[in-house]
Amino acid sequence: MRLIADILLLLGAIFCFLGALGLIRMPDIYNRIQAGTKAATLGSIAIMLGIGMLYPEWWSKLLCIIGFLLFTSPVSSSVLARAVYLSGIKPWSKPKQPLKNSAGEKS
Amino acid sequence: MLNRLNLHHHLFLFSTMLLLWVLLTGSIAVDELIAGVIVAAVVSLISAPYITIFDGIRYSPMALISVFTYLGYFFIALIRANFDMARRVLSPSLPISPELLEVETHLESKLGQMLLANSITLTPGTLSVELRHNRILVHWIAAPEEGVSLEQATKDIATGFEKHISGFLK
Repeated sequence: MRLIADILLLLGAIFCFLGALGLIRMPDIYNRIQAGTKAATLGSIAIMLGIGMLYPEWWSKLLCIIGFLLFTSPVSSSVLARAVYLSGIKPWSKPKQPLKNSAGEKS
Repeated sequence: MLNRLNLHHHLFLFSTMLLLWVLLTGSIAVDELIAGVIVAAVVSLISAPYITIFDGIRYSPMALISVFTYLGYFFIALIRANFDMARRVLSPSLPISPELLEVETHLESKLGQMLLANSITLTPGTLSVELRHNRILVHWIAAPEEGVSLEQATKDIATGFEKHISGFLK
């Protein structure tokens, strides 16, 4: 039980970290929203499940949190993306002739 | 006024409220349950005429089954999305070719369209940006270089979810 909880907590932390890394590495706001939303959602769910393993008496409230998280987090990111889109920001797209050596780093 | 559909609507609201109550109190002791039933009944009776978002729900045993298949499908997609995103973020060359494109949906109810848009946001490489009539504008992180038609994009992004969602929502 303890081991599963630790693994879940670690997994959640890793996904949250990857989300943060995605925020830094991605070239424009749409991609950043994508990286942030997905990683943060699964990361928080994994952390909630881990806490549930450690403290079984909290299961019901953690389930509530997971449910609300699943509904609100994509809505908030869609609203952000919609605001960005309506204010006329075009998405970044790959340069037509990518540079041979460092295609991804130049943006 | 309390016809069959309305009764289902009331029952659904009531059981949702009761479920929320039980989850929040975290106990199924008799006195807690009685208080919960009273509160849920009052809240659902008062608010039922104003809550229109649940209009599209299909009430049938088959619908319950498709809720569970949808949840299973959704969680698999969510986990795949995260590994996909991890791969893209960690690989040094940053393999993305983003594109804004539209997909079409046959779902009519507001709740169904919202659920579809949410699902699209949480699945591999896609983010719903704008919902207008029955078109969803999607930001796709790995769009094919040569461009893609509306039908193809719909098939790739939305159809899988739509099949499951249309089992329990109009």
